[in-house]
Amino acid sequence: MSPNKTTPKNSRRKLGKRQTELLRSLCDALSVSGDEQEVREIVLREVKPLCQQVEVDAMGNVLATRVGSAASKVQVMIAAHMDEVGFMLTQDDGDGLFGFSIVGGIDERQLVGKAVIVGREHIPGVIGAKAIHLTTPEERKTAVRLEQLRIDLGPDGGAKAKVGDRAGFATRYTEIGPSIRAKALDNRLGVANLIELLREAPENIDLLAAFTVQEEVGLRGARVAAYHLNPQIGIAVDSTPANDLPSYDEDGENTRYNTRLDHGPAIYLMDGATIADRRLAEWLMKTAEDEGIPYQIRQPNPGGTDAGAIHKTRAGVPSISVSVPQRYCHTAAGLIRRADWENTLRLLSAALARLDSKILTPSEA
Amino acid sequence: MTKTQSTTTRDEALLTLIQKLVETPGPSGQENLIRAAVIEEIKDYAEEIRTDALGNLIARVGTKQPGGLRVMVSAHIDEIGLMVTHVDANGFARFIAIGGVSPLTCIGGRVLFMNGTRGVIGCERLEPNTVPTLDKLFIDTGALSREDCPVSVGDVCGFERPFLDMGAHLVAKSMDDRVSAAVAIQALRALKKTPHEVFFVFSTQEEVGLRGATTAAYGVNPDVGLAVDVTRTGDTPRTVKMEVALDKGPAIKVRDSSFIADPRVVDWMVATAKSAGLPYQLEVLEAGGTDGRAIQLAHAGVPAGCLSIPCRYIHSPSEMVSYSDVKYAIELLTRLLSAEIKLG
Repeated sequence: MSPNKTTPKNSRRKLGKRQTELLRSLCDALSVSGDEQEVREIVLREVKPLCQQVEVDAMGNVLATRVGSAASKVQVMIAAHMDEVGFMLTQDDGDGLFGFSIVGGIDERQLVGKAVIVGREHIPGVIGAKAIHLTTPEERKTAVRLEQLRIDLGPDGGAKAKVGDRAGFATRYTEIGPSIRAKALDNRLGVANLIELLREAPENIDLLAAFTVQEEVGLRGARVAAYHLNPQIGIAVDSTPANDLPSYDEDGENTRYNTRLDHGPAIYLMDGATIADRRLAEWLMKTAEDEGIPYQIRQPNPGGTDAGAIHKTRAGVPSISVSVPQRYCHTAAGLIRRADWENTLRLLSAALARLDSKILTPSEA
Repeated sequence: MTKTQSTTTRDEALLTLIQKLVETPGPSGQENLIRAAVIEEIKDYAEEIRTDALGNLIARVGTKQPGGLRVMVSAHIDEIGLMVTHVDANGFARFIAIGGVSPLTCIGGRVLFMNGTRGVIGCERLEPNTVPTLDKLFIDTGALSREDCPVSVGDVCGFERPFLDMGAHLVAKSMDDRVSAAVAIQALRALKKTPHEVFFVFSTQEEVGLRGATTAAYGVNPDVGLAVDVTRTGDTPRTVKMEVALDKGPAIKVRDSSFIADPRVVDWMVATAKSAGLPYQLEVLEAGGTDGRAIQLAHAGVPAGCLSIPCRYIHSPSEMVSYSDVKYAIELLTRLLSAEIKLG
């Protein structure tokens, strides 16, 4: 859990132009839960050349199987959700003004004054805010409620939009030194990582890749995907909040950071939906230690990933999650470190290459 | 003062078994030790034993005879506990609950980590007359600094409190649900002749949402299922209104907040208790859930019920059950599994 100063043994670069451009196109796509078409198209284009079998299931999950050539293989499902939190237009007030609801978890207080895009055409708009000139000191003390907000598309944009359309933040992917700032890094990072894992999947596993839908509204896509794929092991790759700024606690020590930037991939032991399988946790930690890859344990907290659905499928699937730490998750602009992304990919890649079904033998056997 | 014993001879083997089970640590997700302890108790009696992907221990007794069914009996072996979220610069460990842990029963309590470390639970200074939340509490392992602390983020502990035999009543942490595991073990051992294929499931992760029983029920795919778990009582001063009391026999669940017991299963349980002359109580539990729900909702649905052991002070380090209720529960469960089952 040391900061990211060591050089991994396997220091071959994992992230180049191809990977960052892929992440850029994934983040800039709009893919709010229930309408994941835009990301699905990118995923299908990327994975078709890499997999023996690719299908889109009834809910819209992309299930891509890359079969290993070894005689004895482990069936590993890796899930990355394609959907993002966002909005749905619910009310057409005319003149390009739309009332809207939140899809997934977004703090209402963060909406005022944000630029947004609407629908598959990315119609530009804004969640308007009253100018400060016209607000009273009293008004400025309280958050504006969702019912008082409108997405303003103007008359031309408004004519193209309709109730039921999805909307998201308009933030464009930007590289800032060692960091990347974008919307929807939760979970386009996972999607990008899963595509890369398919590209270099080892022969000792059948990689059952599930690019899932509707995670942000309750792990819905992963549930049916896991039932269909029926794996031996489940891994959710996701992005998790890093609340690692200096503390504003009274005693000065930030005790509730969840994860920290620059400390490497976050391995889960427990969240609100899953208690991670300890054998898998040990496998990941051992891999990281052997390979000199930095990692951190995500603080056990509420929250959930697709692992919450996968592990309870059928007669049970030992499962775990690994996430890239991200500041400002579920807001208009998240921020990650490239090194954390790269080390996450390194860890998953190295761990899969050494995976042996023997790790699933019960401790007492 | 303790009441007089309700049975003439004490079953010392049963008391030893309960003590062993309640004193073995095993918070949800860390059931290795308790699973090994149960295996030790049943390995000479079960015809087949396996551990599934989520760590459920599944033991079969009997094969399906004409008129027999596949029956699942589920008693969970996990217990509530704590998981470390942060160790501060002075070596104090902050934590989160595993399952339903009340801050009120934490303060001053002692914990035992799976790595053998012991600790006590302290609390920040509170405003007068306020109830703490878990984030105001911390575990003190005696460490002097973060570097010195023998536990780190993700380490798991359970509450530590020795078993106490009061005669008519038995007290321990984790009577929920180790007492039911003891009942299931005793029934498994006593089940000499059955027309059924009985799968005794010692389930995991019940306290965090019936997770083990969910996958176990899918894997077993039973024709009928019973959970065995503790239930609350209404027999202490100024407590919830509830018909169930200690010493009046095991409870047959009609409903809790997680499921409605199949009325045919309730009738079968009542008829069996009556014909054997065993005391029983009917239970309606307003808040609480059991593995019965997970069994009922498996596959295309399963008739399911729950045999409950009345228990005071649930989820505290001093959960209290009645010795006679436990004895009668073992007898009722054994009888339920021994004869042909005709539902409605």
